[in-house]
Amino acid sequence: MSTETIAVPAKPKEPKEALFSPKNKRLLYDPLNDNNPITVQVLGICSALAVTVKMKPSIVMAVAVIVVCAFSNVIISFIRNIIPTRIRIIVQLTVVAAMVILVDQFLKAFVFDVSKQLSVFVGLIITNCIIMGRLEAFAMANKPWPSFLDGIGNGFGYGLILVIVSMIRELFGSGELMGFRIIPESIYKLGYFNNSLVIMPPMALIIVGIIIWVQRSGNKKLIESK
Amino acid sequence: MEHINIFIKAIFIENMIFAYFLGMCSYLAISKTVKSAIGLGLAVIFVLLVSVPACYMLEKYVLKAGALSWLSPDFATVDLSFLSFIMFIATIASIVQLVEMIVEKYAPALYTSLGIFLPLIAVNCSILGGALFMQEREYATLGEATVFGLGSGVGWFLAIVALSAIREKLRYSNIPAPLRGLGITFILTGLMAIAFMSFMGIAL
Repeated sequence: MSTETIAVPAKPKEPKEALFSPKNKRLLYDPLNDNNPITVQVLGICSALAVTVKMKPSIVMAVAVIVVCAFSNVIISFIRNIIPTRIRIIVQLTVVAAMVILVDQFLKAFVFDVSKQLSVFVGLIITNCIIMGRLEAFAMANKPWPSFLDGIGNGFGYGLILVIVSMIRELFGSGELMGFRIIPESIYKLGYFNNSLVIMPPMALIIVGIIIWVQRSGNKKLIESK
Repeated sequence: MEHINIFIKAIFIENMIFAYFLGMCSYLAISKTVKSAIGLGLAVIFVLLVSVPACYMLEKYVLKAGALSWLSPDFATVDLSFLSFIMFIATIASIVQLVEMIVEKYAPALYTSLGIFLPLIAVNCSILGGALFMQEREYATLGEATVFGLGSGVGWFLAIVALSAIREKLRYSNIPAPLRGLGITFILTGLMAIAFMSFMGIAL
């Protein structure tokens, strides 16, 4: 028995988790379908419906939510151990509000027309339940990097629904996508009309209802019992 | 007369749920039974009734461009309106906290029946939405802002109670399985919103 074999490292070090381990990847993919914030968690619906008349504002909104969600998740995750539980809602709201002010000022500076179209809904990102929900459910209990991925994933899950709904509404409501005409003039001459009902707010709800229907027919485990 | 117009408009024509989709999350989550819907609806009415005028005062005397001139003429050029989000949400969160404490002290029965819904009102978008719409529409007096807050609350109450009544009946109907629960609730809300759009024809 040589002395070398005795000199093993004192403790087997816990292997460091890879940045994109399967567990972390799930954080990114899950919110897109199985755990979609809008259709499964029922979070953040308020703003999701109101901004989806055109694609451009809904993409801007989705990006804003992704940014706010990811970074407020990280910030809360960093300070999670020093937040007193009694006042955590106010602390979370303050962090989110600060992020939203940054985003709002950025939008006003660079894409003023879109920020006018979004009107109060940029401010309403503060009370967007996705962000509060993820802060409460995930960031308060996890390390910064998984929280960041969770924020990005949920932001994308939200953005996905927003883009689908706005695509349907813009295509059938005004015959355009991103402001470019898709339905050619000749079809209008044949007697086609833009469907103005799709522009109306109630249709957004019905479209989301149908998306849920389609999603759950394909994904049986999401079906609710009576 | 103006006050009545604002009130009617806030309830029916510019209904928080059916015209702007504000406060949808709790609206969909807590509308399973009429009893809890009424509890949450009343709490929302009260918080809107208090917080919209509070934010109005804040906006008028602290945040608006030149609003600080009552303090000293030196501040006449100060414009703090970029802070309005954070100030409004802080006001709302503290009012909700206050309401929670008052209800806990003086009406413990109501407090237990509302449970988690009370603190959740702080992140109900219809409250912050009410404050931001008040700011955007620039109501002239405190009275108008108060009436707007009350009207929005009553509209929200009406919407959630109506939906919960329908959902209680829906339990006995045969809905396609993937549509059960959330899906049919969305479609129902859409249909109710279409019905409410008929109020838009009323000129006030």
